[in-house]
Parts: sequence; structure tokens; C-alpha cells
Amino acid sequence: MKVQVEITRLPSVADPEAATIAGALRGLGFTDLVAVSMGRSLVIDVESDDATKAEASVRRMCAQLLANPVIEDYSVRVLAEDEAG
Amino acid sequence: MSVAVVVYPGTNCERDVMHALRDVGAEAELVWHREEDLSGFEGVVLPGGFAHGDYLRPGAIARFSPVMKGIEELAEAGKPVLGICNGFQVLCEAGLLPGALVENRGLRFICRFVHVRIDSTDTVLTRATRLGQVLRIPLNSYRGSYAVESAGVESGLVAMRYCDEAGEVDAEHNLNGSVDSVAGLANQRGNVVGFMPHPERASDRALGSGDGRVLLESFVAALGDA
Repeated sequence: MKVQVEITRLPSVADPEAATIAGALRGLGFTDLVAVSMGRSLVIDVESDDATKAEASVRRMCAQLLANPVIEDYSVRVLAEDEAG
Repeated sequence: MSVAVVVYPGTNCERDVMHALRDVGAEAELVWHREEDLSGFEGVVLPGGFAHGDYLRPGAIARFSPVMKGIEELAEAGKPVLGICNGFQVLCEAGLLPGALVENRGLRFICRFVHVRIDSTDTVLTRATRLGQVLRIPLNSYRGSYAVESAGVESGLVAMRYCDEAGEVDAEHNLNGSVDSVAGLANQRGNVVGFMPHPERASDRALGSGDGRVLLESFVAALGDA
């Protein structure tokens, strides 16, 4: 079962890379741009038939290693069969 | 009075640190990160480099190395624990120091001499210095910007701040954009210290500055403490 993790920078912590991308987009004339946030996406394949258990396991992975709560937030979503590829 | 100098896969400043520690009179020994028992040592240094390739986040994987058990035991016993550059990142990831280190403001790798001002002498790294003393030491990092939620800095002791030659702290000389210009931070007890610049690279005048030497001397003098 595949589970997707999205890790993003907390809004309170500066993200110079996202700010630079936003500046570049503005430079290209995208005047409707408000802000850019960026993060990383991981797809984790876990041995499980139970979506609840799979999600809980990946949440533990996030808490222990994948995200640093001092600077990052994360969301976890079990992928549907047709998304998992 | 021997110091363990921890080597992770990807650490690259261990020999410089060992040389500098020996130069100020300590015994120092390299310890591979798989070792979990540091009970034979009076202190430990986590040198700079790229532990475990800096994958995921610098220090994120290193904090789970077996040697962390020995580091935590020394820290708890009140013995001197120093993380330099990547070692600072490891200590933050491990929760031995508050906060985290993120990309420099401006996204540039910074490799140059900087000035830091001593703002606390109650740490094992700064006890032989004077309050307000200005040191010239090389900074060499990409993820050196200290980040923490506003109350976080107060949960530690700011040992050193980036400043100008005269000791003035301002935004211009806070090259990496650290919160509160933090260059060196200790726990409240003062025995666990993280420092982003490299004192070992300023430990002899032949290197362009001997200003880091007093920091290493402080550390070595603290070895008999706990």
C-alpha cells in the first residue's frame, strides 16, 4: 500500500528558496502570484492491507525521522490504487 | 582527560579538530559512529562535514547513530559536548539543543572569516573568554542559518552572535540570516554547545587567525568538570 507524505516548511520559518522562486515568477510577469511554498514529497510503500494501519505507521515515521517539527509540518495520505502507479 | 571526536560517514573535519585539541593540551581520539559507549571519555566533539551525506536534513540520520547514546550520557552527566557546524546540526536534530539550522539567507554557501561576539561566558566553549570579546573565525556552511520559534532562543543560552569587527550586532553582519544573529548556542546548563563557525580552523596564527584557540582551551579546561 502506497502512502504519500508531503513535508512543508512552517510558515513561521523563512524559506529563501521559495522566496527566490516567487521573485522569479514575478519577474516573468505573473502579477496574480501571492506566495510560493515548497516542500518535499515522499511515496512510501508499506506492507499492509489496512489503510488506517498503513497511515498510522507512516505518521510514526514522520514523527520519528521524516519531518523536524521545529521547522516543518507534514501531511499523510494513503494513495488510491489508480494513483499509486 | 580524553576527548572523543566522532566520525560519521561523511564527516570531514575530524583530523583538524583532533589536531587542534591536541595542540591545546588534550588527548583526543577518533570514535566511529557505531560505537555507543563513550564512558571512557571526559567530553565529546562532533566535527563538521556531511554526516550520512546530509540526506533528508543535515543531522536527521546521524541522530540515530549508536554513538548518540554515549553523547547523551555525557551531556546528561554535565560533561562538555561540542558540535561544530554539521555537529551543531546533529545536536539540534537530537534535541540536545533547541531549534534547527536551515539554508542561509540568500542561498549562498558561505566560506569566509566572520566575527562573533561573546554573549555568554557560562558555557564550556566560552568560559575562558571575556563578555563582549570579538573573535575572527571562518564560517563554512550552506545550512547555517539558525531557526527557531520566537521563544526557542530563550530556552538556550546564546554564547556567540555574528557581529562586525567592533562587536556590533546588526543584520548586515548576520550573513546567513540566523534568528537573533545566533552563531553559538548552549543548553541552559552550558555544557552542550553548538557553534556554526570552525574554531579548529582558527587555532593557529599560521591559519590566518588564532582566535578559535581560546574556545578550544575553554572546552579542554572544562573536561575535568563533572
